[in-house]
Amino acid sequence: MPSSIAEIVKKYDRDKGQLVSILQDIQTEHHYLPKEALDEVVSLLGVPASQVYSVATFFKAFSLTPRGRHVIKVCLGTACHVRGAAKVVEKMELDLGIKRTETTPDLRYTLETVNCVGCCALGPMVMIDEKYHGQITSDKVSPLLAKYE
Amino acid sequence: MAAKPKPKEKAPTGRVNSPKQLEALRAAIVARKNPKKPCIALCVGTGCLAYGCVDILQAFKNEITKQKLENSVDVRGTGCPGFCERGALLTIYPQGVFYQRVRIEDVPEIVNETIVKGRVISRLLYQDPNTKQHYEKEADVPFYSRQMRLLLDANSKIDPTSIEDYIGIGGYSALAKVLFQIKPEQVIDKVKKSGLRGRGGGGFPTGNKWQSTRDAEGDIKYVICNCDEGDPGAFMDRSLMEGNPHSVLEGMIIGAYAIGSHEGYVYIRHEYPMAVENVMMAIKQAESKGLLGTNILGSGFHFKLKVSRGGGAFVCGESTALMASLEGKVGEPRAKYVHTSEKGLYNRPSNLNNVETWANIPHIMLKGADWFSGIGTMTSKGTKIFSLVGKVNNTGLIEVPMGMKLRDIVFGIGGGIRDGKKFKAVQTGGPSGGFIPESHLDIAVDFDELTRVGSMMGSGAMIVTDENTCMVDMAKYFVNFLQEESCGKCLPCREGLKRMIQILTDITDGKGRDEDIELLERLAATLKDASLCALGQTAANPVLTTIRYFRDEYEAHIKEHRCPAGVCKPLITYSIINEKCPGCGKCVEPCPTKAITFVAKKQPVILDQEKCIKCGTCYDICNLKAVAIK
Repeated sequence: MPSSIAEIVKKYDRDKGQLVSILQDIQTEHHYLPKEALDEVVSLLGVPASQVYSVATFFKAFSLTPRGRHVIKVCLGTACHVRGAAKVVEKMELDLGIKRTETTPDLRYTLETVNCVGCCALGPMVMIDEKYHGQITSDKVSPLLAKYE
Repeated sequence: MAAKPKPKEKAPTGRVNSPKQLEALRAAIVARKNPKKPCIALCVGTGCLAYGCVDILQAFKNEITKQKLENSVDVRGTGCPGFCERGALLTIYPQGVFYQRVRIEDVPEIVNETIVKGRVISRLLYQDPNTKQHYEKEADVPFYSRQMRLLLDANSKIDPTSIEDYIGIGGYSALAKVLFQIKPEQVIDKVKKSGLRGRGGGGFPTGNKWQSTRDAEGDIKYVICNCDEGDPGAFMDRSLMEGNPHSVLEGMIIGAYAIGSHEGYVYIRHEYPMAVENVMMAIKQAESKGLLGTNILGSGFHFKLKVSRGGGAFVCGESTALMASLEGKVGEPRAKYVHTSEKGLYNRPSNLNNVETWANIPHIMLKGADWFSGIGTMTSKGTKIFSLVGKVNNTGLIEVPMGMKLRDIVFGIGGGIRDGKKFKAVQTGGPSGGFIPESHLDIAVDFDELTRVGSMMGSGAMIVTDENTCMVDMAKYFVNFLQEESCGKCLPCREGLKRMIQILTDITDGKGRDEDIELLERLAATLKDASLCALGQTAANPVLTTIRYFRDEYEAHIKEHRCPAGVCKPLITYSIINEKCPGCGKCVEPCPTKAITFVAKKQPVILDQEKCIKCGTCYDICNLKAVAIK
């Protein structure tokens, strides 16, 4: 049973300072930030809509458009970069037929890049949903993607 | 003046209301533990998750149950011991046998052989790739033997989700000592005397920062922990927060007491789910034991701690941007004419320190300022955790005393460059750091020496590059990163970095002009002079150091349209080395544009240059290195 926007806001004691955390929770629930949800946050917290919108667009973690069932995060941190992460993300784009930050039309995958997931010793790293995959090279991309329906 | 012996204190089950009760609790915890009882300690840090350590841990539990050994063997998930390259990592106590690259299939054998029969499985021991020697104990492995692990050592010894484990190894005794024996001013003096400098990058003396926050006017003051480790390539804060969260909390409570603060925040990256979970759990546990919250340890001191998650913005590691984000606003930095120690979060005096800085505090309080300042160099005291990553053999998290030679880190602990390639440079200090070439490998690593050679300490990422790394591409990578992360407030940072990208892209595309290098240097000077925060001020460092030490690579791209490292796509071609190719055809199917044609077994495949998109799949897949990049 997903928690409602009101419940999430209540969990943080309607603390305006916890806006980022509130949006994180909404995003976890819906996989993106629906407009109606943001409107509700505005009225429940009593903050200007412009502030909620600016925070929702400033931070990389938030998306205002629906995302796929599986969110692929290719790490482009420095350690992954020197071990060839650029080739990995290019292979993903080729396989999926979308560019980074986009979602496949069937809503199966969303392809994102992140700056560091903190597994630098195992680069290149790919995170799919909550699962970590280390030492991914371009030839491992297709079999990896196939595992996610 | 010996006191009359009092009745022995009983170990409390709930709140701990005095230092005596804390000691009683610790004694009870230690007494419950049988030091001779075998314990399988497996790393369940984020790094090892990629090796399936959660399943391995479960497999151990199942095997132990199956063999009816539940009562005679403990199985414990621990924090990260640092040697991520070799995961999954496990240590068997009390012998201290260290197994690496453990896979789920190895579980029954480990239980049958090592636990039941006491035999060591040599296949799972660490073997030095150069000397071929096997090592049985973790401490003897060259990766570990050269380190000094003051902060990281406990990671592999305790279950980070158990406050009892932390108390059992002496946890919160520094807090008890401080609250009952040391005045706040003296705590600050101790920190000053220790010479501890901020581990988040700036290297500002911690004691002075505390002093100015204490001296600042205002009833409400904040203490903040910066765990927004946005620096790509660094993961020491994640590892400490995941592996030993209570040590950070203990440091923060001591800091709050010294500063006179009763409210604090842990600002932590959303990208570190396990660290978020562990620190939240640690706060709850500490509260329930009376070590956090109201009337801590019965001292009358109270301190409340909240967790706030970041949204993935690099600039939020900057103190004023972080505080703006804590207020629920966009993370834009402001000018610091007025320091955050006077007007920070909600315009109140605020003291922000990095995770690693906080974790040092309990050690300084227990072992003393002189002990701490005895480690390190003249100007940089104590140890520093580095993430040693990139093209080095032993990647992972290391902790060394300040002042260790860079060469000893890369070639001693790191075991040199992978695949016998040639070392090119180490990049330190994160995106705004710099590259250090071979000629400076003998510097003693501390805050000032790194700055002297054009780089910086930053949060402690060390990315090793080899002959296959293109320095112009690396400069482009960092500028691109910073350009994306620039909040856009200052023009030189917003527009200057964009312009730099254009110039660097021209160079890597082979369209560079002779005057481009000078233009980059001029842009760099403007960025440094006219940006508000450190992000903009230091953004040109990667460009400047690569020009300083690797000018020849820039010139090869500009004048000869050649990428010496074989990285920049428009300047390279892939080809098949006919003498090496046995025609196995392994590369044919994976090629996304069907540019490779299979001829016959024992005949080299043919690569069609017209169709090749230079994706590198064939290069990665070929075990015989029959694909060349020119």
